[in-house]
Amino acid sequence: MIQADLNIILPEIVLSVFAMSALVGTVYTAKDRAAGLLTWVTAGVLALVALWIGLTGEGVNVAFGGMFHDDAFARFAKVTILLSAAVVLVMSQDYMARRGMLRFEYPVLVTLSAVGMMMMVSAGDLIALYMGLELQSLALYVVASLRRDSMKSTEAGLKYFILGALSSGLLLYGASLIYGFAGTTLFSGIIGAAGDGQAPLGLLFGLVFMIAGLAFKVSAVPFHMWTPDVYEGSPTPVTAFFATAPKVAAMALFARVMHDAFGGVSNDWGQIVSLLAVLSMFLGAIAAIGQTNIKRLMAFSSIAHMGYAMIGLAAGTALGVEAMLIYMAIYVTMNIGTFAFIMSMEKDGKPVTDISALNMYAKREPGRALAMLVLMFSLAGVPPMLGFFAKLGVWRAALDADMVWLVVASAVASAIGAFYYLRIVYYMYFGEEGETLETGRAPVLWVCLMGSAAVMVLGIINLFGIEGAAAAAAATLVN
Amino acid sequence: MEEMLREYLPILVFLGLAIAIGLVLILAAIVLAVRNPDPEKVSAYECGFNAFDDARMKFDVRFYLVSILFIIFDLEIAMLFPWAVAFQDISMVAFWSMMVFLGVLTIGFAYEWKKGALEWE
Repeated sequence: MIQADLNIILPEIVLSVFAMSALVGTVYTAKDRAAGLLTWVTAGVLALVALWIGLTGEGVNVAFGGMFHDDAFARFAKVTILLSAAVVLVMSQDYMARRGMLRFEYPVLVTLSAVGMMMMVSAGDLIALYMGLELQSLALYVVASLRRDSMKSTEAGLKYFILGALSSGLLLYGASLIYGFAGTTLFSGIIGAAGDGQAPLGLLFGLVFMIAGLAFKVSAVPFHMWTPDVYEGSPTPVTAFFATAPKVAAMALFARVMHDAFGGVSNDWGQIVSLLAVLSMFLGAIAAIGQTNIKRLMAFSSIAHMGYAMIGLAAGTALGVEAMLIYMAIYVTMNIGTFAFIMSMEKDGKPVTDISALNMYAKREPGRALAMLVLMFSLAGVPPMLGFFAKLGVWRAALDADMVWLVVASAVASAIGAFYYLRIVYYMYFGEEGETLETGRAPVLWVCLMGSAAVMVLGIINLFGIEGAAAAAAATLVN
Repeated sequence: MEEMLREYLPILVFLGLAIAIGLVLILAAIVLAVRNPDPEKVSAYECGFNAFDDARMKFDVRFYLVSILFIIFDLEIAMLFPWAVAFQDISMVAFWSMMVFLGVLTIGFAYEWKKGALEWE
């Protein structure tokens, strides 16, 4: 009995044991001297676990009396999370080592937050959900303030922590209301109590508070205030991590709570989610126009992208969840490439984040500029890049659910948003002659940038086959 | 549902009463009170002598470390008590769960110790 349960959560156990033994093993031996090696080893372990989950997992396995679900949906999200965390670790190593901020705690904390994210996407119970969410968040608060002597980094950590605690409070309040009115914390019990068509008033209150807490984690408007400051203040590799894996986990958790626990009342939450989606898309598109710091700009860009992904969720259908998963996978790939580029922006060995530094970049570095152009076009959703097909997927799902107004609104928002992506391209190709930006020497960053740009072009042929996996994942969640 | 809500009616009445009395007292203080402020009256009261420092002073971060450590082990004890009381009735799974929990805490403690967070000088 317990043996079977433990077998199902074996990947999580392996990663936790790895994180703890790495922590103790390193602190008693080489300490920060082994940080570089440990980062590479951790990235390898994360990638291996991703392969393990992706290749061997099958069927729907439920552990601990329904508290933990291992199904195609969880596996899709887990593979995306683990792979992106591994790639971000690989990208961070050189950047952090050269600036003397690579500590051996960094890969350990990333692993622990990955375990939290795996727990989140597999949660089948309010308590399991909260445990995963907190494990993820607490590790992230610490890595946000990794550079302890930098004012901005500590500010980012503190802001993230306080606002994160507030959102956890909202979420817990919602969870306790739901428990009070449903009499159980299990999603399978809540869906029965919520009924079909119209949820009881108390549950509806709980649902709204839960959505507010989850919207904070995916940084949807109006719960987005922390995002620009945290993205700007954190060290760039940490920002790259924030923009990828935790977003996938939070979005997957959002979808799981909505469909597994409130699948019968999708009309009720569909309205809230589509409102959040519209607000996020427009704020992300308009507020980014005034930004000159590329990290802040990417923060608003991620807010807008969460809005597009939420269209898929708002549709409330299997097609919508499938589109959302594909959107998140493509979003993560684009962001990894873009942050690889941002990390290689430097001058006199110091990181540069001002977009005016990109003036005439294409003349000196045609290859990198071209890759960045592809990524920017893809982020803006210009056909024929992959980013356009991601948007097309969610639009198709929304049209299928008769939400024409949502499609029109998001098309308008993406047209507005295209301005600031294209402005970066304009600076690179037609800007004034200005101060020159040095080229980063790290080959890893070059590989990530080029790889991600290549995916944006080549992926349009068949999406590398993730469509089938996403469809299977969506089918297990929505039935 | 209706029945349950009706049982809570007295609480609603009390809540309304409490808010009303609170508001009346605050408003009465604003409207009726006599006010003749002078420097002695408005300065912070500090055990009879003059205030000599700002209240917002910096703490050493080590105080926080010790207090966080205290809270963690305090909670551990709070969790151990019911476990120990029910020891006769619990299964081996419950026993080993607690052992794993203690082990994880010990790992954190060993890390903190070795990292030098507990050294005062």
